[in-house]
Amino acid sequence: MTTVGAVEGIASEVSPVAVHRRRRTVIAFAAVTVLLVLVLGAALVVGSETVPVRDVLRWLTGSLPADEPSRGLIEQFHLPRALTGVLAGAGLAVVGLVMQTLFANPLADPYILGVSSGAGLGVAVSVLGTGNAAVAFVSTFGVFGRWGTTAAAMTGALVVMGVVLLAGRWISSVVSLLVVGVMIGAAVGAAVSLLLAFADPVRLQKYVLWSLGSLDGTYLGDLVVLGPVVGIGVVLAVLVSPSLNALVLGERYARTMGVRVRGVRVVAIVATSVVCGGVTAFCGPIAFLGLAVPQLARMLLRQADHRIMVPFCALLGAAVCVLCGIVAALPGTAGTIPLNVVTAVLGAPVVIALLIRNRTLGAGG
Amino acid sequence: MSGAGLVLQELVIGYRRVPLLPPISATAQPGRVTVLLGPNGSGKSTLLRTVAALQPALGGSATLDGAPLAAIPPRSRARSLAVVLTDRFDPGLLRGGEVVALGRRPYTGAAGILRADDRAAVERALSALHAESLADVPLAEMSDGQRQRILIARALAQDPALLVLDEPSAFLDAPGRIELLAVLRRIAEDRSIPVLVSTHDVEAALRAGQDGWVIDGRVLRTGTVDALRENVIGPAFATGVVEFDSELGIFRLRRPHSSQPHL
Repeated sequence: MTTVGAVEGIASEVSPVAVHRRRRTVIAFAAVTVLLVLVLGAALVVGSETVPVRDVLRWLTGSLPADEPSRGLIEQFHLPRALTGVLAGAGLAVVGLVMQTLFANPLADPYILGVSSGAGLGVAVSVLGTGNAAVAFVSTFGVFGRWGTTAAAMTGALVVMGVVLLAGRWISSVVSLLVVGVMIGAAVGAAVSLLLAFADPVRLQKYVLWSLGSLDGTYLGDLVVLGPVVGIGVVLAVLVSPSLNALVLGERYARTMGVRVRGVRVVAIVATSVVCGGVTAFCGPIAFLGLAVPQLARMLLRQADHRIMVPFCALLGAAVCVLCGIVAALPGTAGTIPLNVVTAVLGAPVVIALLIRNRTLGAGG
Repeated sequence: MSGAGLVLQELVIGYRRVPLLPPISATAQPGRVTVLLGPNGSGKSTLLRTVAALQPALGGSATLDGAPLAAIPPRSRARSLAVVLTDRFDPGLLRGGEVVALGRRPYTGAAGILRADDRAAVERALSALHAESLADVPLAEMSDGQRQRILIARALAQDPALLVLDEPSAFLDAPGRIELLAVLRRIAEDRSIPVLVSTHDVEAALRAGQDGWVIDGRVLRTGTVDALRENVIGPAFATGVVEFDSELGIFRLRRPHSSQPHL
């Protein structure tokens, strides 16, 4: 919020624009926090089996007896899904914001530019390629365990991120860079298909289901891995956010202002790969959240300052992802739909709107 | 603040070990506007980028008040050298005041929080460019001229000991170009710093510039603008069709009988 105050000081103490902007920021933060609390509450209630609101309240206050069936439902299914949604949504949104500034491109996003596919290949190699006969896919994670699969996903994400970033240095056109991302995604997809062709049919089916995206595959124990992974990514993003502000003017301008551009880029790439790898390992490649949430945040905040945008995107991403998870769980029915179906319904219109209004909504912060 | 200014000694500029020009020696003095003139593609931007340490020199040195610019760590260098480039960028939702505040980046801590003296520097920079009213305006909604003023104010907010500008008037109309040079002249005087500005607008440069560096063919010629007007500008820019009138300081079509233009 410092810049809000700073700009106010520049203009004059009573600049109505600055006052309006500060009020807008405060209201937006309050609103998104309330939204997050509400969807978290709802996520504890709904699922393939609904938990009575009364039981959720009792669980929250610690007065729900251990033998109550609701307790198991909350702690084994609804709570892990909600917390996974918080971590995945916050991580992907922050990483999407970082990528949009890094590529100076409002359409940059881990999914569109193939970074999630790279993470997916890492997972496929780790799980399908090791010949491990485990049936349960996400929970068992091949011979390397959770950390191993997560590391493999991060490596895959890192490689693709590096390639796309390298390509982005020569390709400034938005459309060309998207084509590069799609091409890399296709190449990585081909590699995964090759692995799948030789894979055990049961695991193949698991892989396909996983690749559609889901928040349901995690247990509370998995969050011990996912939590720190997302935490590291978000902290790194916060650390470089003042430098990202300068990078909006372009790499050379940033250098003339004393920003160590190469260092910032390395930190941003590591943050992106860590978060994207971690989230993808547990939830599958989740589409559009990384793209749509930062754009949504810009529309709500009308702000470019990354020091405000990073925490706001984290909150908004968490709320949106948990909400998508609730919809994907098809409350009141026994079935679920893939998370990517829900996020695509949210994200696709945003992409189209952006391509049409490319001039008014920039990549800047 | 006033020292030796910017001194180039046998500076060799170019790409991948291929020199663009013979070694350059020249001085830009504090308190004065030095205009860098030359036809398009003659190496003006390369020279400015080399001075600004955005690309390495192939030889020689560029020193500011005695200190070699390329050897200064980036953050300290950003406190003594500010640059306005021709780079275009998508400003997104950035507002004028926020862009100018970015100029305080070399002075602020890791969180980039502006203190009172940072805010004062931003305010000074805005008022030097008559851009106070642009502080709350999104860059995306500004005209080219307004945007340029904000970018120059951003450079001034760095409180530099040397201001370097690459073609700052390229998108301005004729009065705007003269006005811009007048503003730069006042900045140079008020702050007692050298201002080095490249332009291919010879007429504006001759009216409002003070000293000149002219790239004439493959040689850099230096002197006061008035001295250069007489016998350097003409040959450097003249073509078969256009000649330079050193008295009026303008270009005009050659008269048919004085040469044979191929039109």
